[in-house]
Amino acid sequence: MRRIISILMENEPGALSRVVGLFSQRGYNIETLTVAPTEDDTLSRLTMTTTGDDKKIEQITKHLNKLIEVVKLVDLTEGAHIEREIMLMKVKATGAQRAEVKRTVDIFRGQIVDVTSTVYTVQLTGTTDKLEAFINAVGEAQVLEVVRSGVSGISRGEKVLSL
Amino acid sequence: MEMLSGAEMVVRALQDEGVEYIFGYPGGAVLHIYDALFQQDKVNHILVRHEQAATHAADGYARSTGKPGVVLVTSGPGATNAITGIATAFMDSIPMVVLSGQVRSDWIGDDAFQETDMIGLSRPIVKHSFMVRDPSQIPEMVKKAFYIASTGRPGPVLIDIPKDHTAPNKTFPYEYPKKVKMRSYMPVSRGHTGQIRKAVDELLKAKRPVIYSGGGVVQGGASEALTAVARKLNYPVTNTLMGLGAYPGTDKQFLGMLGMHGTYEANMSMHNADVILAAGARLDDRVTNDAKKFCPGAKIIHIDIDPASISKNVTAHIPIVGPVKQVLEEMLTMIDEHDSGPDHKSLERWWQEIDGWRQVHGLRYEVNENGPMKPQQVVQALYKATNGEAFVTSDVGQHQMFAAQYYLYDRPRQWINSGGLGTMGFGLPAAMGVQFAYPDGVVACVTGEGSIQMNIQELSTCLQYGLPIKIININNQALGMVRQWQDMQYGGRHSQSYMESLPDFVKLAESYGHVGMLVDKFEDLQPAMDEAFALKDRLVFMDIYVDSTEHVYPMHIADGAMRDMWLSKTERT
Repeated sequence: MRRIISILMENEPGALSRVVGLFSQRGYNIETLTVAPTEDDTLSRLTMTTTGDDKKIEQITKHLNKLIEVVKLVDLTEGAHIEREIMLMKVKATGAQRAEVKRTVDIFRGQIVDVTSTVYTVQLTGTTDKLEAFINAVGEAQVLEVVRSGVSGISRGEKVLSL
Repeated sequence: MEMLSGAEMVVRALQDEGVEYIFGYPGGAVLHIYDALFQQDKVNHILVRHEQAATHAADGYARSTGKPGVVLVTSGPGATNAITGIATAFMDSIPMVVLSGQVRSDWIGDDAFQETDMIGLSRPIVKHSFMVRDPSQIPEMVKKAFYIASTGRPGPVLIDIPKDHTAPNKTFPYEYPKKVKMRSYMPVSRGHTGQIRKAVDELLKAKRPVIYSGGGVVQGGASEALTAVARKLNYPVTNTLMGLGAYPGTDKQFLGMLGMHGTYEANMSMHNADVILAAGARLDDRVTNDAKKFCPGAKIIHIDIDPASISKNVTAHIPIVGPVKQVLEEMLTMIDEHDSGPDHKSLERWWQEIDGWRQVHGLRYEVNENGPMKPQQVVQALYKATNGEAFVTSDVGQHQMFAAQYYLYDRPRQWINSGGLGTMGFGLPAAMGVQFAYPDGVVACVTGEGSIQMNIQELSTCLQYGLPIKIININNQALGMVRQWQDMQYGGRHSQSYMESLPDFVKLAESYGHVGMLVDKFEDLQPAMDEAFALKDRLVFMDIYVDSTEHVYPMHIADGAMRDMWLSKTERT
């Protein structure tokens, strides 16, 4: 099962390598990974998606918690949550395709953020499913380049991940 | 406030931490620290002959005392040589602080002379690591390193120190922190009372209980509490390889070691148990055999300080995360206050069944009347010569298993071996660490001609510091455990397991300034052993030739259950 694990960790050199190293060392899989500072400059927030059965996920969270620099973590998929990923994509936009791509972007509520005579650069935000649906809708033959941020997430309601 | 250089701060912090011994080897990146060490006499530096031995010696010191072992090595090869010893300590949860030199900070990343990324290299085998980025961090880092290494589930902590941060010409205010608090590291201090109560209820309902205790009981200082619980309930106890001595080996409730080379009665009791109290043990593959077939009828109560050890290999029915000593003590109180006691009737039947298994005598072996002596006989002669009271360190292989099976350990921290990583070359340097900790203690290193050659250079260190270790070299002229597996699983094809061109160990010992003895006849064994241990102030290297065809039994049949064992070359369960 796919899980989103969100981690608050000390903003110190080497902390990220410990998290990533743990995954390769113990044979766990990272599908996406995103990390950035938070409102508290001593802390970083790291969000990753991984897959595994309950037993494996339990081991992953236990081992992450053992890392000295990990302050707190939450498995967002355990409760209601919001997840977003941002994608930038270059799409062929010539001839009849030009209007077709524009329509598809509108349907998915994306934005065209750069234009040349043959290429649109599209920005799209949403869940992983939505981004994949968009890629399928445009058609892989039209896609020139894709860059995705990886998943970020936050729980719904009043629950917060903080110290 | 006192002003000290980085190097002086390192040494002063070790003094303030109460460090008696530091095991190390100098080199370019740590010369400032060595100069600061030279100018004081509180921390004794022990010069080894190879950095791997420094880590094993510090490890032996830590295992025998419970205090963190301390290591100092230089950058590059000094640091990489220490890796095996750090990994050994990590696998067995041994508290250790390793200080490694690093090239000067402005050269890091430039492939400078003797540069290696020690933080990166050691990452999977340390509990934590620090890189000094400013000399003013040193006191707090040292304090944190000792705190992390010795609390919770212990383990090695590394501090990587670039040379420029120890330079003598720059000084900084020094104050050693009295306490350390880390928001991201708070080891559990108590087990959950509700869980402990549930465990006690379950334990008292048991009809076929077994207490299975591991290295955590030794490391956690919980032997007394464990023994008290076991005696109060009159339940059988088995220890893991790492837990030997946690419960007295000569006690009538003791079943011997369990697992791959465990006793018949220990493994049979486990397989047939209805409640297992696993205390400070991690149900690893050398114990469980096939985890899916492990103890099918048992409810498992699992006490461990590390939540990640619980339900990793085998699901625990009643998990208790906490210090094993505190949890067992609380259990003892609850048992006393409980309105019911153990089920004596069932227990009586259970002990009868166990006594039946004991009659199988799984540790029997055949003696060669006129042929070479058996390795088991050597360990038994050692037991007799030392009255069962010696510290015994071992290397890795058949001799290790014989030393675990035939020497009965009555005290925790008496038996010192590399259980998790299985590091050949561990025994002699570990014995050095033990002998430093207990200058008047009797220390024996049980080894083989394969393992001893992996750190034989330490005979020189032993001479320098006058360490009267007794080396029991069980010489079967083969890598015995490899050969045993080749006999059992590879049609007897002894690929690379024969030790050719062995040195004359007697002369070798003598050339290092020690006493060497050759024993190749059984009738000479006990007298020679007694003579060696009578030489109280000398290191004696006993080269003892034994039967090279002997196997260790019992032995788990691969991918089977706990009860599936070979009992000899021809008999199986």
